[in-house]
Amino acid sequence: MKIYSVFRYRYGRQLGLLVVALVLLVFFMITSPKVFLRPDIYVSFLTTVPFVGIMALGITIVLISGEIDLSFPSVMALSGYVFATMFGFTGSVLLSLICSLFIGAVAGLCNGLLITKIGIPSIIVTLGMQFLLRGIVNLLAEGLDMTLKGVASTLGYSFLVGKVGGILPAQSIWFLALSIIMWYILFRHNFGNNILFIGDNENAARMMGINVDRTKILVFMLMALLAAFAGIIDSVRMRTWWPTMGEGYLMTTFATVFVGGTSMFGGEGTIFGTFVGAFLIGSLEAGIVAAGLTGFWTQFIYGLLIIIAVTLHTVVSQRY
Amino acid sequence: MNLVCMKNIHKSFGEVQALRGVDFDVGDSEIIGLIGDNGAGKSTLIKILSGVFPYTKGEMYIKGQKINPTQYSVRKAHKMGIETVYQEQALGLKQSLWRNIFLGRQPTNSFGFIQMNEVRNETEKIMREYLGFTAGGVSPDSKVSTLSGGERQGVAIGRAMYFEADLIILDEPTIALSVKEVNKVLRFINQVKARGKACVYISHTISNIYFVSDRFVLLDRGKVVGIYNRNSISEDDLADEIIHHSSSSEFKNR
Repeated sequence: MKIYSVFRYRYGRQLGLLVVALVLLVFFMITSPKVFLRPDIYVSFLTTVPFVGIMALGITIVLISGEIDLSFPSVMALSGYVFATMFGFTGSVLLSLICSLFIGAVAGLCNGLLITKIGIPSIIVTLGMQFLLRGIVNLLAEGLDMTLKGVASTLGYSFLVGKVGGILPAQSIWFLALSIIMWYILFRHNFGNNILFIGDNENAARMMGINVDRTKILVFMLMALLAAFAGIIDSVRMRTWWPTMGEGYLMTTFATVFVGGTSMFGGEGTIFGTFVGAFLIGSLEAGIVAAGLTGFWTQFIYGLLIIIAVTLHTVVSQRY
Repeated sequence: MNLVCMKNIHKSFGEVQALRGVDFDVGDSEIIGLIGDNGAGKSTLIKILSGVFPYTKGEMYIKGQKINPTQYSVRKAHKMGIETVYQEQALGLKQSLWRNIFLGRQPTNSFGFIQMNEVRNETEKIMREYLGFTAGGVSPDSKVSTLSGGERQGVAIGRAMYFEADLIILDEPTIALSVKEVNKVLRFINQVKARGKACVYISHTISNIYFVSDRFVLLDRGKVVGIYNRNSISEDDLADEIIHHSSSSEFKNR
């Protein structure tokens, strides 16, 4: 009995989320068996979900630290631009990847420094940065797409977005691997321990001698690195970079994280929830359309799911 | 040699003079009550001692070693064996017991990953041996928010004892606690003494803490206005002293 209650306390919310996901899946299977009983749709999810998912991992950590980041879609575009440009010059995926991640990290560093050293709230800094970086990208690219000629024949392509075993998209493995790594960093590493405490009780963290500023700067750099990586693999997958890259991802990324069960208030969150949430949110549109509903339903059902999920999370967490 | 020796300590915040020449000593395994009205400078004094901010003027010695105020910090204080349990309880309520006990000092491998078996076992040990936590259902993975107010103080005190503090500073340890919870805290303070450690607590009431103390230092308007041994003053007389001093200084100011 006691073991059961401990188990429910620790894993209850995760299980609840899984149940919601499975119910939705069964619902889709019933409403459109032709689509959801065949593997193609799942391969398609594994192809598209990781881009939002990888950035949602970052947002999960940012929210746990008690902050917010609105600039990541623009960081994604900027890093994708750097990647595409460098690839055009050098033809090397590795070199372009390093440059692109570096630029991403610099963008995150700027966010972090403005937030911690100047003391501007993160929502304002990152709102500004999201316009600023998008503006830079538009000015540099003059609004034009860039094709990554020959990228599909590189080793880097297979490594980043190729099909493992001829079927499994590599980016889904990246997403899984990054989720596991982020879980370990957050819950089993000193850095994550500091993040949890800062988000929970920043004053306490300071009094216990934790370097709050450095930790927050690193959190924003981590977020930007993940956004940069998403930008890179999206560019490579499409073999094109485009200046509006990431623009649709802001709200879906936050929806993913909140449906997953991470709170707005900092100090707690779930990587597992974000992982499942990414597939929940990512499969919704396809499911709705396949069910024969018009696209007009999409936003309605998105909204419904978010409200239901967040209500459940809140009710459950108040009970304990 | 005294554990702590503070001489003629001054501290000002801009124009406000919070401390105006305080002399304060703490002996080995001594329990000192720092008492006085609101605004007497009690919190300022212990924050200086625990390295939160530096003093403006004066001298401070810890274990005979002279302290340079510009290089003194919370971390330095920890290293010298001074731990503080703050009024606002420097705990992360949404975090587990083990995270709170080991905050900033977890045993890790060389990559910075926390050694989970060790922290869980040690947390268990601290809860049972140092604090005598007997409440069922409390495990190293329990969230601090599930504990009562007195137990939370216990977590913070246990943390301090575990890390071999020679001096544990408690900021208003019994404020806003029920009688039952106050008794728990008093038991924790007795544990501190039983282990040969010193303790300074601040409080503006003395009623429930009188009997665990060895000595009382009365502060008023940034100055020490009285030092009393518990053996030579009754609880009522001490209470009168506090009232007398706070009202007389108000009188002087008029």
